[in-house]
Amino acid sequence: MTNERKSCEVVFHVRRFNPETDEKPYWQQFTVKVEPGMTVLDGLHQIKRQHDFSLAWRYSCRMGVCGSCGMLINGSATLACNTQILDISDRNLTIAALPNFKIIRDLVSDLSPMFEKHVAVLPYMLRDDIQEMHEPTGEYYQSPDDLLEYLQFTYCIKCGCCMAACPTMATDDAFLGPQPLAQAYRYTIDNRDDGTDRRKKAVTVEHGLFRCHYGGECSAVCPKGVDPARAIQLMKKQLFFDFLKLTKHKTPAHVLGRPEGVERNPKIPEPPPYTVEQE
Amino acid sequence: MLQLKRHPNKLGIGGWLLKGRWGYERYLYILHRITGLGILTYFLLHIFVTSSRVLGMKTWEAVMGVLHHPVFMLGEYAVYAAFIFHALNGIRLILIEYGFAVGKAEEPVYPYRSSVNVQRPLGVGVMVLAVILALVGAARFFMLNGG
Repeated sequence: MTNERKSCEVVFHVRRFNPETDEKPYWQQFTVKVEPGMTVLDGLHQIKRQHDFSLAWRYSCRMGVCGSCGMLINGSATLACNTQILDISDRNLTIAALPNFKIIRDLVSDLSPMFEKHVAVLPYMLRDDIQEMHEPTGEYYQSPDDLLEYLQFTYCIKCGCCMAACPTMATDDAFLGPQPLAQAYRYTIDNRDDGTDRRKKAVTVEHGLFRCHYGGECSAVCPKGVDPARAIQLMKKQLFFDFLKLTKHKTPAHVLGRPEGVERNPKIPEPPPYTVEQE
Repeated sequence: MLQLKRHPNKLGIGGWLLKGRWGYERYLYILHRITGLGILTYFLLHIFVTSSRVLGMKTWEAVMGVLHHPVFMLGEYAVYAAFIFHALNGIRLILIEYGFAVGKAEEPVYPYRSSVNVQRPLGVGVMVLAVILALVGAARFFMLNGG
């Protein structure tokens, strides 16, 4: 760590793997001239420009929003675009693909198992009033306190850093993992949702919620402060009290009708037509 | 479509300790598993040893004679220390895993403060207590057995 930021040369140790030519990954070194303010992503671009154009990684927004550039940097799963090189080291930097996911090429991990598990926990609003969901007549009631119950968990960008840092994921492929479980809680605790029972079945499977034993690493590495570990423990608490029959039956939020005597502002455009066929 | 091979990159058991810079709670997680397995191994050995009594007094005394070897005495203390850690950390985990020590959901404002920070005093507290009890136990254990 440097107190006084000066440009210097940093050796990037990059874990490479080409599925067409390599049997297993190997480490390659590149010396990069680093200026203060440069991110790891900038360093990788410099390697691509000046040393080896074949280096592959995934990125898009460059500002910690899209969640594409998650990788293992100096042993910690984080976003390359969100990490300044001189914050970590002024000598050596090790960069590898996110562990616990298969490597497609170089620093590109195959995140598809995470997305499949994410879908499995039903991460969307489940309610009986399908007609109201499709043709809304008003808004569902939600107080600011209701919003705070789940707001933190909506910031997930699905970068996969939590899955890479989870010690249970390290030995159990089938474990649902912190990202999907946090999203299961995000919808379950939403007062507009009525799908607790269905989602409970989805998360209390053999490799589900109760396989988490609080390593805390998912929350420590999350670049967006989502805190999946907290979501998982709060969901356990919810299910525990539910098991003891100590929870009140939750009635999903009702529809707030449109206020009477108020005209629709003509400047507000009508919603666009459906792009998919409705049931 | 061309299907290229993927390289497996699972950390495995080695990843519990190596291959990363992990936080305090993750090392507690690992130690909890190791001590749990250690206590289970001791429990099985204990049943095996005490069952030697049915083979007669001579066998029993021979087995007890072997167990008075310093290596086994050190092992016994290791079981005591493992038990202290496992019990105290287990209480911490029960409080955490049932959502009582992780705080409420809050809007993430940078620098983020997660449930890990909320439960940290509890984690540090139980470990300090574990060290104190292990030291007290060591004094009594080795003085009594030594003297």
